[in-house]
Amino acid sequence: MTMESILVLTHADENGSALSNASLEAVTAGLELAGRLNAQLTIGIVAEDATNLSKSLPSAGARMLAVSGAAFGQARYATDAAACEALCRTAGATIVLAPASSRVTRVAASVAHRLGGFIDTHISSLGGTDRVEATRWFYRQRVEAVISRDARPWFLLLDAGTYAAFSGAADAAQVEQVPVELPALRTTGSGFRAPTQGAQTIRPDAKMLFVAGAGWTKKQPDGQVHVNEAGELILGFLGATGASLGSSKSLVDQGGEGNSVLPFLTHLNQIGQTGSTPRHAKGLSTCCHGEEPHVVGWRFIGDRRAISLDPNCGWTRGKADVVYVADAFQVIAKVNALLGAAKA
Amino acid sequence: MPNVLHIVVCAGIVPDPLQTLEPVTTTAGPGLKNEMVLPAVLDPWASSALYEAASLATHHPGSKVWLVSLGPKAKLQAVMMTVAQKVAFELVPIDGPIGGFPDAHSTAAVLAETIAALPGLDRSHLLLFGGWESATRGAGVTLQLVGEILGITDQFQGVDQIDLREDGSFEVLERVEGGKHQVSVCAGTPAVLGWATGGLAEPRNNPQIGMANMRTIMPALQKAKVAKLEANGLSYVSVSLPKQQRTTRVVKDLSPAEIARELVEWIGAE
Repeated sequence: MTMESILVLTHADENGSALSNASLEAVTAGLELAGRLNAQLTIGIVAEDATNLSKSLPSAGARMLAVSGAAFGQARYATDAAACEALCRTAGATIVLAPASSRVTRVAASVAHRLGGFIDTHISSLGGTDRVEATRWFYRQRVEAVISRDARPWFLLLDAGTYAAFSGAADAAQVEQVPVELPALRTTGSGFRAPTQGAQTIRPDAKMLFVAGAGWTKKQPDGQVHVNEAGELILGFLGATGASLGSSKSLVDQGGEGNSVLPFLTHLNQIGQTGSTPRHAKGLSTCCHGEEPHVVGWRFIGDRRAISLDPNCGWTRGKADVVYVADAFQVIAKVNALLGAAKA
Repeated sequence: MPNVLHIVVCAGIVPDPLQTLEPVTTTAGPGLKNEMVLPAVLDPWASSALYEAASLATHHPGSKVWLVSLGPKAKLQAVMMTVAQKVAFELVPIDGPIGGFPDAHSTAAVLAETIAALPGLDRSHLLLFGGWESATRGAGVTLQLVGEILGITDQFQGVDQIDLREDGSFEVLERVEGGKHQVSVCAGTPAVLGWATGGLAEPRNNPQIGMANMRTIMPALQKAKVAKLEANGLSYVSVSLPKQQRTTRVVKDLSPAEIARELVEWIGAE
């Protein structure tokens, strides 16, 4: 087996004051893999000011590299690709681990190409005995594969939540600053924008995912639609539990078809084939019927429950742990009342 | 000619999402059972890119949309019967393997070579569009690699919106963590935009657009070049379906109040 050398690419979070959580997860993966392969470990940081960020990282045995400067305070293809390329060339690693964050995902493949290497993404675990083997999903989490590559350098982007964030002993390591020659910059960042007015309903760190299906906007037993009431119930539940909101494609699409919609829902809430596949400890689906939420969108949800009026819904059978055959309007109203009373 | 756009959309074909997928081993590596007869559709996120491209081209006279697609010729033809009725484009087909298991670097190299050779393409006006991930491999790297090979240094992924300004610059909204958009302003073309959902609904079928498209699609399919994809050292140790079958407890006989009490207890449990 070839002697491997591992580089973990990390970057600052949105505020620039700490390493992103996904970066710390990649550090854990790097420590584990380096220990198993008895390989040299290097950690690279991209940030406006990496001085303080390196203090949260393990120094023992790891070489620490950083690219710093005002140009790296914001995520941007040209600067981030140049920074990561410089870190990779300096480290000379055969395996590059990095978080599958939006910042790294935007540039990692190009960096691999510049180094004559190859990349695989959405890695959910690293294994193998006499070689590195990586597990990832294909066909939107419907087929699982274990892959390996002989070619080096090999870039592996780790999905968020697949490793614990590094929180071990850290001390101020000696950081080597790596110079970067920047290309002409044609793009400037101008901050972040929430997609809707009002409360943020997407919370990746929440323990629970609440999935709203199209049933919330359909005619109810009285022959009327109750979109406003549905919106109040859902927001009430999210407020009381701190859950993150996901929705089925059919519910989000109704907005484009001129039907009644929940005003706080956007495509960013969508889970499934053309949405996200979030990772939460628990999930509660309501008024959903279809493969999207129950098979694809729920792939990485731990404990799953569903409220559905259809006792024979084939999509919940074998996918959810518990299915309540009931009217979600009535149940969620009662849940909100109980949670409200408990808080009071 | 202010804001004349040459938009190249890279879009693969994928099994219809409602189909049951079963991995099998073939002589060429892993594949799907009955892959060639599974109903196929244009990749969903790449479809968003195509609709956005067509909308931009409509609003900027003199612009043109190319649709570059790699897949088995027969499957491409079948999918185009529907896609061609949506928006106007010139198809650039590449006859190659189907599915998510071929290496993305090889796919990107073939796409980049094809785009670089497109007659009439002015790369200074180029917007390279595609889905930010496919529904097959889902790696989210192919479009980025194509852009890198073509030397495009302004790239955006997870795009939901582009606002083109009169001076040729544009504002882009990219999806980032936490359900937010990162807002960037780019000086102008060329650029790569990997689309997420975008903001446009699927256009209705328009037989007139379909007939106009098909006049060029059929000859293009007949002349499609054949591509062979290299493995680049990629090997598959195993390919399987997940075996997560849960024992579902179906609760039919509880009142809403009783269900609510059980749910509140469950929500509060660690």
